[in-house]
Amino acid sequence: MPKPVPVCPVTEKHIRIALVGQPNVGKSMLINAISDARLHVGNFSGVTVEKSEVFFDYRDYHFTIVDLPGTYAFTDYSIEERVTHDFLCNEAYDLIVNVVDSTNLDKNLQLTAELMTMNKKIVLALNMSDEAKKEGVSIDASYLATLLGMSAVKVSAAAKTGIGSLIEAVIAAHEAPYQEPKLVFSEAVEEEIAVIAAYLDEHRFEAAISNRNIAINLLQNETKTYRTLHDLPLWTELQPLLIEADRHIGTHHDTEDIKEIFAEEYAAFIRGIVTETVRYAEQPVEKKSLTERFDDLLIHPVLGIPIFLFLMWGLFQLTFEIGSIPMEWIDAFFGWFGATVGATIPNEDIRSLVVDGIIAGVGAVVLFTPNIIILFIGIALLESTGYMSRVAFLLDGFFHKFGLHGQSFIPLVTGFGCSIPAYMSARILKNDRDRLLTLFIIGFMSCGARLPVYVLFTGAFFGPSVAGNALFAIYIAGAFIGLIAAKILKMTAFKGQDEPFVMEMPKYRLPSVKLIWHTVLTKTLMYLKKAGTYIAAASMLVWFLSAYPHSHTLEKAYAVKIENAATPEAASALAVQAEAAQLEQSYLGRIGKVLEPLFTPIGLDWKLAVALQTGLAAKEVVVSTLGVLYAVGDEASETDTTLINAIRSHIPFASAVSFVVVIMLYLPCLAASVVFTREAGGIRYFFYLLVFTSLTAYGLAFLAYHLTLFLTGAAAVLPH
Amino acid sequence: MKLTECMKGCSATVVKLHAQGALKQRLVSFGVMKGAQVQLLGFAPAKSTVEIKVGRMRLALRNEEAQLIEVDQNA
Repeated sequence: MPKPVPVCPVTEKHIRIALVGQPNVGKSMLINAISDARLHVGNFSGVTVEKSEVFFDYRDYHFTIVDLPGTYAFTDYSIEERVTHDFLCNEAYDLIVNVVDSTNLDKNLQLTAELMTMNKKIVLALNMSDEAKKEGVSIDASYLATLLGMSAVKVSAAAKTGIGSLIEAVIAAHEAPYQEPKLVFSEAVEEEIAVIAAYLDEHRFEAAISNRNIAINLLQNETKTYRTLHDLPLWTELQPLLIEADRHIGTHHDTEDIKEIFAEEYAAFIRGIVTETVRYAEQPVEKKSLTERFDDLLIHPVLGIPIFLFLMWGLFQLTFEIGSIPMEWIDAFFGWFGATVGATIPNEDIRSLVVDGIIAGVGAVVLFTPNIIILFIGIALLESTGYMSRVAFLLDGFFHKFGLHGQSFIPLVTGFGCSIPAYMSARILKNDRDRLLTLFIIGFMSCGARLPVYVLFTGAFFGPSVAGNALFAIYIAGAFIGLIAAKILKMTAFKGQDEPFVMEMPKYRLPSVKLIWHTVLTKTLMYLKKAGTYIAAASMLVWFLSAYPHSHTLEKAYAVKIENAATPEAASALAVQAEAAQLEQSYLGRIGKVLEPLFTPIGLDWKLAVALQTGLAAKEVVVSTLGVLYAVGDEASETDTTLINAIRSHIPFASAVSFVVVIMLYLPCLAASVVFTREAGGIRYFFYLLVFTSLTAYGLAFLAYHLTLFLTGAAAVLPH
Repeated sequence: MKLTECMKGCSATVVKLHAQGALKQRLVSFGVMKGAQVQLLGFAPAKSTVEIKVGRMRLALRNEEAQLIEVDQNA
């Protein structure tokens, strides 16, 4: 055996654990159940699959647990499976903790069997043991451990039981020498393993792993083993043996597919083990499980989709109704904060930069944190309860008609939160065409960052009772336009074979509060971090462009006019005019003016055009830009203190509709575009996206503008 | 017979997978392989998707894929 390389330089008593399991076995929950653990969330190198690591100390050991993405088998079917497989084969770690769902051992042990050929110490964590007990599944853990040749510990992440014994078992396994697990195959396979192992023994072939293990890996076409042996002299004699072995095994299995053969072999082995160690209590046949009763309703052929739509509608209502309560407090806080900080800065330019630029800009973004939190909680709930896969099941038929895949639903719904994780989650789609198609329309699912813009505009033009419905309508409209765009793309640019739809429907579970809290916290902090850095910088830039150059001639001219004004009302009106005139000749105003002719046909003036441009940096900036652009002109006004009022009084309804349509459909923010480009696989896709979204946005905004004008009978006036 | 020719609620044994490549591997890794016991639980609206039970796991399949699974209906 080669000397194991110490992973951590600080202490030798460091145990690095790879946490492996199939999806939906409660791995993340298990990690969350370890108390006093520090969590670090990052990415696996080179890919955008989330990698969470947990650090904690127990007795005199330092533990690192790497939570590997859930994988059904080592088929490298999805990017997650590839990441897990690569990690297990190539990275340094001390042992594997294999988490299995005690209520579904036959299926879960299939992966365990594959792990047993990896030549690593394994500790089996029989998770959800409390649930198994309730369902009448009793497992003889010690007998199971003996049969498999590894320790097996009953745990429950939900009830937090057995965690201590699991850690003790890990330490014991770490201290003990490596023992090869007891994997038994059918007679034909065992015969061939013996032949190959004997041949290797004869030639005194020695490696870190046993010759039996090498033989197994050769037979199941394990690439790395193949590559290593391929370059050795003994290969010339080994090869005919392998060909003969394949033929022999093939005749016993009625198929040539070696993956299928080994899957059948493992399944047979596992069936044997499960028969020996698991007892199922006689279930009354008539009694339905909770999941079945839920499914009767939630995936009902008729009621399923209305229920889903109702739940989504409820989520958006909540976002609007509950979200508006803390928003008032935040708004008041930033107003007070700006005034307090402003009072301490003597220099007028710097004060304006800090108060009107940074604090106003960041404040406008932070204002929407409550909405974002509620939306993220909703999406996390959908995911962790198992409802998400039901929705994919219900909607596949519908999505398929538009050339999409039922699983496209997951990235598309994630897109309502943020386009970046949505682009990344599109990797669950195996077929490249399906994935690209989904990538192209994710942007039409309005992300959380666009929510502030919608809230602002619906709040400005609708009463509180209708605003929630209007918001819902905006989201639905975006989604529908996305579907139609998908159909058009599918018929033109993305013709071809469809990806199969094979998906597990996990049991319904009560979501873990801690897990949801963690997910929502991470995402919210990411949003706020963006507000503190990226958006603060963008706000400063927007402020600078709107404050400079400062025309002293204009200032003087207006100063004279104001002094000569007849009434105080006329004076304050002139002051507003002065601010507006200054803004118009600023850099920002000049850029907007140049672009204005382009935007006049869709009813937008230079201010809204500028807001759209700054929105390319990040959608939240649209609101802060409008804040800067309108707050400046409104300082003199006593009654119109909020941005919402400013919008209502300055922007005609038809222009607002057109603006919202553009926001809904045009290019995602810079960060999302970068991720899109990477996920799509080339800069040319970015240009396709740019052209595709710009044309769609402009065309539909034009349509919406003129339709609104026609329906409301209003005259085509630009905002002022 | 094809899996899709079963009635809702029927139990059957998988005889052969007519799927190829990645789809076959996917099915196998979910436990849908020769000799596996499956039960047809129901259909999505318009029968576009079927839900089956393999062992103790529930699996959703599109109609086209389910047709590639050849089964013998259990007595």
